Amino acid sequence: MLSLLVNAVVSGLLLGGFYAAVSVGVAISFGMLDIANLAHPAFIILGAFIAYILNTDFGIDPVLAGVLALPFFYLLGTAIYQVYYYSFERRGEEALRGLAFFFGILFITEVALILIFGVDYRFVTAPYIGPSIYIGDAELPLRMLVPFMVSLVMVGLLQLFLSKTFIGRAILAVSQDDLALKLMAIRPQRIKSIAFAISIATAALAGSCLIIIQPVEPSIGRDYIGRVFAIVVLGGMGSFPGMLTAAMLIGVMESLTATFYGPSWSPAVAFGFLLLTLAFRPAGLMGR
Amino acid sequence: MRYLPTRYFCLIAVLVTLALAFASRLVTNDYFFFAGYVVLQYVVMATAWNILGGYTGYVNFGTAGFFAIGAYSAVVLHKLIDPPLMVSIVVGGAMAGLVGLGMGYLTLRLRGVFFAIATLALAIVLQTLITNWDFVGGSRGVYIIRPETDPFGHPYIQYLFLLMLALSTVAVCIARAIEHSKLGYGLATIRDDELAAEAAGVPTLKLKVIATVLSGALMGMAGAPLPYYVTYLDPASGFNLAFAINSIAMPLIGGTSSWLGPVIGALLLATIQQVATVTISSALNLLLVGVILVVFVVAAPNGIVGLFERGVRARRRPAAKKEAA
Repeated sequence: MLSLLVNAVVSGLLLGGFYAAVSVGVAISFGMLDIANLAHPAFIILGAFIAYILNTDFGIDPVLAGVLALPFFYLLGTAIYQVYYYSFERRGEEALRGLAFFFGILFITEVALILIFGVDYRFVTAPYIGPSIYIGDAELPLRMLVPFMVSLVMVGLLQLFLSKTFIGRAILAVSQDDLALKLMAIRPQRIKSIAFAISIATAALAGSCLIIIQPVEPSIGRDYIGRVFAIVVLGGMGSFPGMLTAAMLIGVMESLTATFYGPSWSPAVAFGFLLLTLAFRPAGLMGR
Repeated sequence: MRYLPTRYFCLIAVLVTLALAFASRLVTNDYFFFAGYVVLQYVVMATAWNILGGYTGYVNFGTAGFFAIGAYSAVVLHKLIDPPLMVSIVVGGAMAGLVGLGMGYLTLRLRGVFFAIATLALAIVLQTLITNWDFVGGSRGVYIIRPETDPFGHPYIQYLFLLMLALSTVAVCIARAIEHSKLGYGLATIRDDELAAEAAGVPTLKLKVIATVLSGALMGMAGAPLPYYVTYLDPASGFNLAFAINSIAMPLIGGTSSWLGPVIGALLLATIQQVATVTISSALNLLLVGVILVVFVVAAPNGIVGLFERGVRARRRPAAKKEAA
């Protein structure tokens, strides 16, 4: 019983680390730029399928495939932000139509992937998928540990980038006061474009992590929408430490639910958290 | 601009409905009723979505959830007491309205985007609940045996069609009545500037919750006859994302500012889809809906009605100038 509990908590923490990789993009786009990018999970699935193609056709390691896809996702993010800016943000219509726009993108991506790949589950092969290491009673499957590491490295690097570099600080500034940024002779639109492109780029790596953890089919992205936004809101919108804590919390809760009540219940966990957070503490756990 | 008083509008709507109902007696092909049912179902869904989305500016992505609440309420009732379909529709609507009340009360106090995200997650969680609930068939789904004929001896599908026709008339009349009522003006102020509305003494939360409940209840009512229409219902089809994308795309393509937009959008898009599903694949035609939606929100923010009004105004302006000269 105790070892079951320990294992559930450990795999929950590993899962939470992976959720941080999935959520970090939304923490940037939604938390900092106030762009409710509902389509983010769809880009993650796209990243997973790119990793799948590179892995099965060229034998490239999935993590490396994710890194290779980064520049393409960055460009994709830049392009989407341009459309978003000129069609919605500049007209001040981001609320209703901006949301519908991203919902449309989510839908198009999903259906396009279904048309190309069908609804079969796809998976990748890598030496670390399968074996586990053991610490006492706790089992650490490498297929969970590797995405966990990748995720922590990615979040850590992004945090460094935001706090140390000029562009990074400008991104933090635009999230706080974009008028002040204009007065400092920086175009907020340009900074936002870079930040949004980075947020989409994280989906490439998150996607390759996803397909390492579990087989992927086009419509599973939907399960992540509630989860991702729950984590970002619970984590206090733009804060990375808050997001990591929230991701771990939701990972552990889901893992406990799956262990003691059955895996088919776990999608309800994130939603429960989301609703409770919105109702009682909309500023999140560590909100400013 | 003067407008038609609501009671005359409703009278005309009822007359049109009766005319359509009698005209449909002349149709002998059952396929017409199967296709017509779906088109009318989307008229209800799009109109219901627009009460909250178009009039108030709050986006509901969980339409499939509300729709499925209605459908599964009907399944539960069918298994328990097998009441007349009218009763199931009322109960389905009431259940969906209650969920709307709870959701709305918890999340509508925040910015609209949080409500939108919560509704999206709601559909997923409801699907989880239904999948785990064996009484309604769980993930295996459930069979509903529908009667051969309605109480008057006509084929049952014609009965379903007429019910949906009546339901869409009710929905359109409600939407139109809201437009020119105190509630409608209140909702419009929320859409335009919620802070100013609040400051001017508009009870924003109350109005938003009312709109959510009305909208949710209509969706639930539209969903209740679904089990009898499909005769086999599983969570994947009850919560199909196609319901969500269609009921958002239709008002946005038609135009969100009045009752007419969703009706035009629904008639147009649903009819195209009915034809396209037969001629091309159904996945491809959903892709088309997504693309059309994105194109419209980017290029024609006020939908077909907006394009038309702009055309009329452009034609009127030179004429007015001539008169002035």
